[in-house]
Amino acid sequence: MKYFSRFGTILTGGVVAAILTTSAVAKEDMNKWLRPENVPAPKDNQITPERITLGKFLYFDTRLSRDNTVSCATCHNPELGWSDGQPKAIGIEGRQGPRNSPTIINTAYQRHQFWDGRAKSLEEQALGPIQADVEMDMDLDELVKRLNGIKGYKELFEKAYPGEGITKDTIAKAIATFERTVVSTEAPFDRYIKGDENAISENAKKGFALFTGKGKCNNCHDGFNFTDGSFHNLGLGDSDIGRYKLKKRASWFHAFKTPTLRDVTKTAPYFHDGSIKTLEEATAVCGNGGRFPNSKNLSPLIEDRGLTQEEIRLIVDFLATLEGEPMKLEIPTKFPQ
Amino acid sequence: MKKIIFILAASILATVSYSADHIVVQKDKTFHPNYIKAKVGDRIIFKNDDGFAHNAFSDSESDEFDIGMQKPGQDVVVVMKNPGKVEVECAIHPNMHLTIDVQK
Ligand SMILES: [Cu+2]
Repeated sequence: MKYFSRFGTILTGGVVAAILTTSAVAKEDMNKWLRPENVPAPKDNQITPERITLGKFLYFDTRLSRDNTVSCATCHNPELGWSDGQPKAIGIEGRQGPRNSPTIINTAYQRHQFWDGRAKSLEEQALGPIQADVEMDMDLDELVKRLNGIKGYKELFEKAYPGEGITKDTIAKAIATFERTVVSTEAPFDRYIKGDENAISENAKKGFALFTGKGKCNNCHDGFNFTDGSFHNLGLGDSDIGRYKLKKRASWFHAFKTPTLRDVTKTAPYFHDGSIKTLEEATAVCGNGGRFPNSKNLSPLIEDRGLTQEEIRLIVDFLATLEGEPMKLEIPTKFPQ
Repeated sequence: MKKIIFILAASILATVSYSADHIVVQKDKTFHPNYIKAKVGDRIIFKNDDGFAHNAFSDSESDEFDIGMQKPGQDVVVVMKNPGKVEVECAIHPNMHLTIDVQK
């Protein structure tokens, strides 16, 4: 490498280009739209039945909030597409949060959590809402004390994380493990991709062609989870600066994470500020140039593609085929005592 | 003719002894290659081969940079200033990663 001449590297560049051309065929592989069988989990928090059981109790238990009124499920409710149907999250004492509650479906497959991606793991994410004053407003030391006073939880933690005790760490790990089980189920679209031509309507097929063609929606809503995890400013005109709050990087100004479109029919209202009520409206904002096309740092992907009303309806028909059967789930009614 | 060849040879020699270029292609939301060994003074040329904007930044201690919004088809050159491991990411597509191992 020491005397790698300019010519040498240009040659390497040629080789790279050649490899890229041959892999172009793989790009057309339709399997990229199917959910992988396995859910990724970190080495130090592998998924076990004991951890799922514990995590599920914690997820639905209102005793994780300061005044025992709010649980994770309040804002990420399985009955409401694992979101809450509100424009913005509502925590204890009716306090309104700054952003729309994102669904947790398939969040296990995402590298960054929260709308602004500030958490790099589900374990890190899980403790955020518990402490946020507009959500569960609970002090973590206080929570550890509270759970240690519940015999049933002491036993469940011992089974799930032997010898580790009830700590901030094991609470986060257990909740994250349960969240990893919340994955999209087979939808009509998946049956279509697997070869069942009758699984979706002709209109939905046209909609899918527009989604990946004229609409270029898959520039961001890419792969089985219909998101590539990218951050963009859609020009909604609100005052939330998004990812820019983490670091003043120009391309992060007003940028938010691309959400999944799995079960998107269940998770209205839409966008980080919950300002959009229907999928037609959402498709028009994304596909036809944003609400405020002159916004600073507007994503270059937000441009007017000239989608007609009819085309937008076809795309929405396609989006509806991403709704799977409700996940099989027993919601706990009795909690550890 | 002789003169031209001489200039060419001299310029090649100059590049050989002082710096090298490394081409990184951004294609299908991936850096190709995703690992590079370089030397201080080498140039990294980012080539956006996708149909949409990319970015490349590093918050690494040895070399911090941010090339800003990089349009489709645009080339951006970054010179490696210090030895160290430079972790590069795209600010728009955080799944894009590149490691540059810069040696003295
Ligand atoms: Cu990128």
